[in-house]
Amino acid sequence: MRKLRVVIAKPGLDGHDRGAKVIARALRDAGMEVIYTGLRQTPEQIVSAALQEDADVIGLSILSGAHNHIAPRLMALLREQKLDDVLVVIGGIIPDSDVPTLVALGVKGVFQPGTPMQNIIDFINQHARARV
Amino acid sequence: MTIASRTARQRWQHETLEPTLRKSPERAAVFTTISGRPIEGLYAADDLSPADAAGARVPAGAYPYLRGIHDTGYGGKLWTMRQFAGFGTPEQTNARYKALLSAGGTGLSVAFDLPTLMGRDADHPLAAGEVGKCGVSVMSLEDMERLFDGIPLGQVTTSMTINAPAAMIFAMYLVVAERQGVDWATLSGTIQNDILKEYIAQKEYIFPPRPSMRLVTDTFGFCAERAPRVNTISVSGYHIREAGATAAQELAFTLRDGIEYVQWGIEAGLAVDAFVPRMSFFFNAHSDFFEEIAKYRAARRLWATVMRERFGATSERSLKLRFHTQTAGVSLTAQQPYNNVVRTALQALSAVIGGTNSLHTNALDEALALPTAETATLALRTQQVLAHESGLTDIVDPFGGSYFVEALTRDLEHEARAYFDRIDRMGGMVAAIEDGFPQREIAESAYRFQRAVEAGEQSVVGVNVHTDGSERAPDTLYIDDQASASQVERITALKSRRDHARVTDTLERLRRAAATPENLMPIIVDAVRAYATLGEMCDALRAAWGEYEEKAVI
Repeated sequence: MRKLRVVIAKPGLDGHDRGAKVIARALRDAGMEVIYTGLRQTPEQIVSAALQEDADVIGLSILSGAHNHIAPRLMALLREQKLDDVLVVIGGIIPDSDVPTLVALGVKGVFQPGTPMQNIIDFINQHARARV
Repeated sequence: MTIASRTARQRWQHETLEPTLRKSPERAAVFTTISGRPIEGLYAADDLSPADAAGARVPAGAYPYLRGIHDTGYGGKLWTMRQFAGFGTPEQTNARYKALLSAGGTGLSVAFDLPTLMGRDADHPLAAGEVGKCGVSVMSLEDMERLFDGIPLGQVTTSMTINAPAAMIFAMYLVVAERQGVDWATLSGTIQNDILKEYIAQKEYIFPPRPSMRLVTDTFGFCAERAPRVNTISVSGYHIREAGATAAQELAFTLRDGIEYVQWGIEAGLAVDAFVPRMSFFFNAHSDFFEEIAKYRAARRLWATVMRERFGATSERSLKLRFHTQTAGVSLTAQQPYNNVVRTALQALSAVIGGTNSLHTNALDEALALPTAETATLALRTQQVLAHESGLTDIVDPFGGSYFVEALTRDLEHEARAYFDRIDRMGGMVAAIEDGFPQREIAESAYRFQRAVEAGEQSVVGVNVHTDGSERAPDTLYIDDQASASQVERITALKSRRDHARVTDTLERLRRAAATPENLMPIIVDAVRAYATLGEMCDALRAAWGEYEEKAVI
């Protein structure tokens, strides 16, 4: 079986990339192929990266409160590109009250502050399917 | 160290310590600070060289200021209690400022939202969803006037956390001061204006490093002549530490950034003692109590010696490192948030013992959101309890002369100097940043720390130990999109009202001057007076200098 391919992206204007970089390394050390897009990626750029990289998983790191704007756009673009089967997870500062909205949009995992890296690795291993 | 004392130490280890350890081993084979620095269980006279011991005998207020820049410490004046705040519209933040001042805050500190930090107006597509979320939205002189409405800039000092577009935001502040009738010659306050740590850690940069450095030295030159009491930069280790650096890396990269600014200032034709006295610093107060105290002490001694020896500074004010401190946001936990009050109090304690000149204490709910009015007040009260009830303010550098603290101070300095040498060999900090060196060092430390937490080697109460009852903070501040809508409306109205020709003219002058060595500040002030927006001024410079994109590496 081929390795899971994960695009880690940091959308929005925020530049705090400690979390994105730490989780990217953790997923790589857990045996996944990780592509880090770098900072300030629009939903269009992220979907295009997922397409080009044949991603199984998209992980978004958002700390700025912009998730309610970014997630709907990203999910719509994924549907347009017939990438609905890509597992989308979000980590960062997400208020409890916004979690149901994100889940309803199709975001499968929302990881709030303090989540152990191992939980995220396990979640991805459990929910992502390597695309063929 | 003398042979006799070393022998005494060896005898103690052999005759006392080793039998004890055989009977009851310690909790760990090696103890380390939170930065991973191994420490001995006991420090004694022989841990200090004669030079270390002599250094500790120099009193506070005397070069190289190891023990403090003032000989009376806080005896003359307490530190400034300066709480970082900003959210939503300028009016909303103005109300929070007035509340903080009436609660006994002694200075203001402006948190701007991400579009402002990135030089984008609220109506730019990239600003969608970000306006007013992480700070206050300020797009034009009009917003700055609303932000400081009823706050006398001649009496209250303000610190502004603004970097890539610092020159423009500062120009707005100057014009507001002018309209309040405050002479620039008497105006004080601080602009962060530290672009190097943006490339290193916080990543809120706009232009490439070299033109950005020119913008910084332009503000140095302008202020030296026109606003000599303004702190033109706050060279910041805070964000470097938050991004994952160790204490020594925070110290090293911050001071090496400071050195870089001094070098660029001199190359821009400024005299060392004309601008270095207005440079200030900003450190993190993390959780390792003694390591933090040692860090502040080391910073003072390093800066003084480097300024004198490397740059030949002679003014006492060039040699004295003044610094602001903020407790470590990164140490706050979403789990059991009330524990954060205790963490913050301990961190603040280290900053005060370390001689900070001003302080921000974080609120208990900041792992989750910007603070509410209640939690922000409690954070301020934490400082007030330290200031008025602990007795700390009556004594200067109480750990000076401690074998442990002096040894730790010296070791941190050595580690910082080793980094200085490496960065010098790379051709300076700008070159090291372009190579990604400090970024890689910090990412490595961040990953090592996270793995230590997950392996249980680093305990975090409420997260990996004592995790029962991980309740969340009630009622965190939720910022809706109202601010965004009203800021977009406002900028549309402003653009239709102002003198269009004057705006176009100043922006064109700015764009042209960017390609010449002319100081840009006077032109930026003119553009601000014409109500050019922040986004427009930054666009003029984007057109001249381009935008920076870092190589994404993990």
